[in-house]
Amino acid sequence: MNAINFPKPPPCPEAEALRAEVREFLRVELAGRDARSKAESWSGHDAEFSRKLGAKGWIGMTWPKKYGGHGRNALERYVVMEETLAAGAPVSLHWVADRQSGVQILKIGTEEQKQKILPKIAAGECCFCIGMSEPDSGSDLASTRTKATKVQGGWVVNGTKLWTSSAHLADYMILFCRTGSVDSTDRHAGTTQFLVDMKTTSGMQIRPIHALSGAHHFNEVVFTDAFLPEDALLGTEGAGWKQVTGELAFERSGPERFLSSFGLVVELMRVLGRDPAERAAIALGRLQAHFITLRRMSRSISGMLQQGLEPANHAAMVKDLGTSLEQEIPEIARTLIASEPTAETTEDFLAVLAHSMLHAPSFSLRGGTREILRGMIARGLGLR
Amino acid sequence: MPEETDMLRETATRVFADHFAPRDLAAAEAGNWPEAAWAAVEDAGLTRALVPEEAGGYGVDPAEALSILRAAGGAAVPLPLAETMMASWLLAQAGLAIPDGTLSIAPVLPGDSLTATRNGDAWRITGTAGRIPWGRSVGAIAVLAEGPDGMVVASVPAGGWTVTTSANLAREPRDTVTFDAIVPRNAVGATLVDAAQLRRLGAAARCQQISGAMDHILALTVQYALDRKQFGKPIGKFQAVQQNLAIMASQTAAASAAADLAAEAVGQGMGVTAIGAAKLRCGEAAGTVASLSHAIHGAIGFTYEHSLHYFTKRLWSWRDEFGGEAEWALLLGRMVAERGPERFWADMTTHQ
Repeated sequence: MNAINFPKPPPCPEAEALRAEVREFLRVELAGRDARSKAESWSGHDAEFSRKLGAKGWIGMTWPKKYGGHGRNALERYVVMEETLAAGAPVSLHWVADRQSGVQILKIGTEEQKQKILPKIAAGECCFCIGMSEPDSGSDLASTRTKATKVQGGWVVNGTKLWTSSAHLADYMILFCRTGSVDSTDRHAGTTQFLVDMKTTSGMQIRPIHALSGAHHFNEVVFTDAFLPEDALLGTEGAGWKQVTGELAFERSGPERFLSSFGLVVELMRVLGRDPAERAAIALGRLQAHFITLRRMSRSISGMLQQGLEPANHAAMVKDLGTSLEQEIPEIARTLIASEPTAETTEDFLAVLAHSMLHAPSFSLRGGTREILRGMIARGLGLR
Repeated sequence: MPEETDMLRETATRVFADHFAPRDLAAAEAGNWPEAAWAAVEDAGLTRALVPEEAGGYGVDPAEALSILRAAGGAAVPLPLAETMMASWLLAQAGLAIPDGTLSIAPVLPGDSLTATRNGDAWRITGTAGRIPWGRSVGAIAVLAEGPDGMVVASVPAGGWTVTTSANLAREPRDTVTFDAIVPRNAVGATLVDAAQLRRLGAAARCQQISGAMDHILALTVQYALDRKQFGKPIGKFQAVQQNLAIMASQTAAASAAADLAAEAVGQGMGVTAIGAAKLRCGEAAGTVASLSHAIHGAIGFTYEHSLHYFTKRLWSWRDEFGGEAEWALLLGRMVAERGPERFWADMTTHQ
């Protein structure tokens, strides 16, 4: 039952000092950006913005200086994450690399991999995608069929990855695949992670998959005898499962798990005005209470990560509660303002409402479905 | 969590475990006063935990002191412990002596107002206040009253009021109290505390109790799901049940985090947003947790014989005491709307 307690995040005056600087930077950089593009949240892509953020020293903040990092703590990093999200900054180019891929390389990569890749990530010039899901391997990640076979001087990969966000833009993928034969007694055995260079690897085809909104974020990536050199191996051959699950506390606990619809709340408040009807005020007060509580829980995890803990179950709770709130926000907004959502509008509220509604289903799918998270929590309770 | 919090809470947990088995809770609901339990609580010094050091307390952080109430909630402690702690705090900050024995506070409802007038060298306290916890039986009530020159606190001993008895859903006394008391000059002190602040302290206390009760309900329900067999296996092996238990766990965790925020706020200016948000979040979680715990326990959990109801009835009561979700949400919502969308985010980042 340990996962019920979320310890108080350690006080961090440095983080609060940094906050003002980040806000001022965002005020200048995002001036003139419309509400609709801010609503993209962490799916918004802007290479110039990511480079500028990197130049400020706000990517790879917690990594050692020798790899382009800045030796800051997790709560300082948290400030940059939450402020960029709350402001609707286009962070997608560096988000995954900063959040988990770079962390993984730092933790288990070779010295050469660290020196080659981490400084580029920290500069905001290196985009990562996550090679986990496959056509027949979604929530059941261990059933991965993509296979890397050892050959002279490296590996040959065959198989298909699916729902790969930003694959068409990415510089690297961390590929999770099979290197050993399937072991019926240990489903997690024989899996390995690789660093795939998305720009130079041959035998790899990237096909766009359009979301129901028509937007192109994710892709199908087909490997046909794609060759990976020896040094593409990330971590230890056969240790893929343990490595991949270690990423989850980072992937699931951040402010992007409850702030994806934050832009809609801001637009809703604009439309409601300073003196809203009682039922609207009640809805706003409730949203505030949920945000404050989730932020506390998420920052608590940040404090735990800083101490080197891997609070995967705490993270599952934040993601379950947070994505539920994100998905509820468009439903709340539409009951307070009589309107018909449409993308063909000059009204910010309607456009952002439409955007949130069309993207909300993904919130509880990406990064592990709600049902899988609840299964993990149940396991933590001793039920499985 | 700092070590002292654990120590205080562990002491409290031990005392409660010694005195509150389900049969003791049934006796208390039937109206029997658990004298020995109260004596043990007082002997352990728990009632004075919120009193500042300069007023004879131990000088523990208020958040640590309030963790006693989390333990109390987890044992459904049928004593006016939260009320005695709050009354002691109210008396202490007005510079008044703290009587031994059980205490309560008044008023607790937003519309109620009590009056203090000078009566020669003494004071006269008058007025009616509803839903006063344990009004019928406490030794004294710390009364927040409007005096001729501002708010005062009066220490009114039993005999200074009459009661019309009532109770919350858990059969905890919640009485209408009508004061007409003459108290000496040294039983009245000026205060900077107003009724809204006292309500916030009450809300923070109830958050702790709610969180503690939810911890216990979750543990009871997980154990039941592991023990109870249907279709040849424990019901906790069914995914539908597992998913509901996971929801209970997440809501319990959210309530715990919110209750922590409220407890911290008590020692840092009693901020309305932190405490209001916490009370509303705890209240919402309480409804979900109570409902799912009963769903999983099935018919046995609906009986008086099973101990679950001592905790779920408290959740259904405590979530509305010192302000339910609607009250706090309206108050917070009006504040954020007035501040406007540009400040909504920045204001939230002032919270820990």
